[in-house]
Amino acid sequence: MSLEGGRAASAMPPGAPRRTRRRNSLTPYLFLSPFFALFALFWIYPIAYSFYLSFVNTRRRPWTFSWSFNWDRLIHDPFFWKALGNTLTILVVQVPVMLVLAVALAIAFNSDLLRLKGFFRFAFFAPLVLGAVPYSAVFRLIFNTEFGVLNYGLHVFGLAPVEWLSQGVPALATVMIAITWRWSGYNAIILLSGLQSIPLSLYEAARIDGASGWQQFLRVTLPLLRPVLLFCFVLSTIGTLQLFTEPWLITSTGPGGATETLITYLYKQGFRSFNFGYASAIAYTVALIAAVFSFVQIRVVGGREA
Amino acid sequence: MKRQRTVQALLLNGGMLVLALLFLLPIVWMIVAATKANHQILSVPPSLAPGSSLAANWRDLNSDLPFLRNVFNSVAIASIFTLFATLISAMGGYAFAKFSFRGRAALFLVVVAALTIPFEVRAIPQYLLIARDLRLANTWIAVILPWLAYPLGIFFMRQNMLSVPTELLEAARIDGAGEARIFLQVVLPIMRPALAAVAIVVFLFQWNDFFWPLLILTQKQAYTIPVALGTLVGLTRVSWGGIMVGTAIATVPFLVLFLFLQRYFVAGITAGAVKD
Repeated sequence: MSLEGGRAASAMPPGAPRRTRRRNSLTPYLFLSPFFALFALFWIYPIAYSFYLSFVNTRRRPWTFSWSFNWDRLIHDPFFWKALGNTLTILVVQVPVMLVLAVALAIAFNSDLLRLKGFFRFAFFAPLVLGAVPYSAVFRLIFNTEFGVLNYGLHVFGLAPVEWLSQGVPALATVMIAITWRWSGYNAIILLSGLQSIPLSLYEAARIDGASGWQQFLRVTLPLLRPVLLFCFVLSTIGTLQLFTEPWLITSTGPGGATETLITYLYKQGFRSFNFGYASAIAYTVALIAAVFSFVQIRVVGGREA
Repeated sequence: MKRQRTVQALLLNGGMLVLALLFLLPIVWMIVAATKANHQILSVPPSLAPGSSLAANWRDLNSDLPFLRNVFNSVAIASIFTLFATLISAMGGYAFAKFSFRGRAALFLVVVAALTIPFEVRAIPQYLLIARDLRLANTWIAVILPWLAYPLGIFFMRQNMLSVPTELLEAARIDGAGEARIFLQVVLPIMRPALAAVAIVVFLFQWNDFFWPLLILTQKQAYTIPVALGTLVGLTRVSWGGIMVGTAIATVPFLVLFLFLQRYFVAGITAGAVKD
């Protein structure tokens, strides 16, 4: 294909019929058609059907429509509320802790005082290529009460061992530590790219005005990082609402439901008991909470382009 | 002033070093444990010295699972998925970025909104559709199909396609090239870095995905690596060495790859988070 010839031709005098090509031709729709065909079948149809199913009694055949059957049960189901409470506890405790750690990591990586950057990058960013199943298996092993490496480490420092997997609060903490390990580096990468887009001249101006390092952080870094921080916050929120593999494999949702999450409960209802209607109601609850958080983000950031 | 900087540097590097070693511990422990017998893995005090049971662990793993077959399934599914998901994303991203057409803004908004919708809302109807209606349970295509419309991919490609010079496309059109040919021979070649970033992200996603494959794959022969390993974790009598060999096989290639392709990983991860 001769691009040279093309360039010469495009240098025609203004007014030449360059724009006669049908702007509203089918071409863009054809390029989009594979995506949207699949999208209709595997996104739109399931999302709509799931909504319908949440109003269907699927406990008996034939399935019968009922406005209240599943939703009534949901409101009065202590296991659901327990799962919701656990999920929100993780959300409220783990997400802020992880994001503080991620901001600290991003600032450290942005500092010219840090040596061995290649090594540190590998240490903190390597977890993000690990799948949830492999690292959950490793964490289950490490947090083993009798033989785990972690309790041995505590013993070395003169601390009492913790029954990580067989007591409620430690089990929840184990799940949170695992997610923090896996996702801190991921968020730090995003925050680091946000940090690097802050103009250095702002820091120079702040220095000239006599601002200390801490003041620069509060007055320059944090405000300008806010959109990126919120992006991380919403991603982490949606991720936490979808938490499944870690509680499923590390703690087996135990002990006594202490690490049951919305999605582990949905899985049990939908694919152990095959109660699709009730599982759909749980799924929609998760989606609603996710939508509320996303909406709040859009409002808080206010008109920022996607 | 200079002394203060030295103290700061010491604190920063020291603190980071301690934290980095803690972060590396699970990965190191996974690789070490893959070489040890069960009683060595569960012995106190633990030792980071490698053992000599790698081959025995591999045999244990293969007695529990058709693990080579599971690896093959994972490689095939992730590769086929990556090829098509990347292509579909590139096509859609190209349309959004370089054409103006009726409904563009609305359709793009749909893509962005989809990013916030949890998969679980789709899981049950998809399961009924694929397992019950289409009878495709335990096939590769059952794992691949539902995620081929991958909103993050099309979103990322659109952002990158904006930088394709319109004059280049116009020139090719005046040359008489068809739209398909322009896409394949002009657009795709200059988009290679972005394609690589999307490919890495979608490959890793599919390679690691657990929830959907767990629903749709019920036979050992059909398992992907995560599903296979997931069924072993939590069993009462289990070869931890075997599981660790499996996790090492699932992760070490990507840890090595990560060392070389960090740029693309980072580009894929930061997609959409930061405005250029």
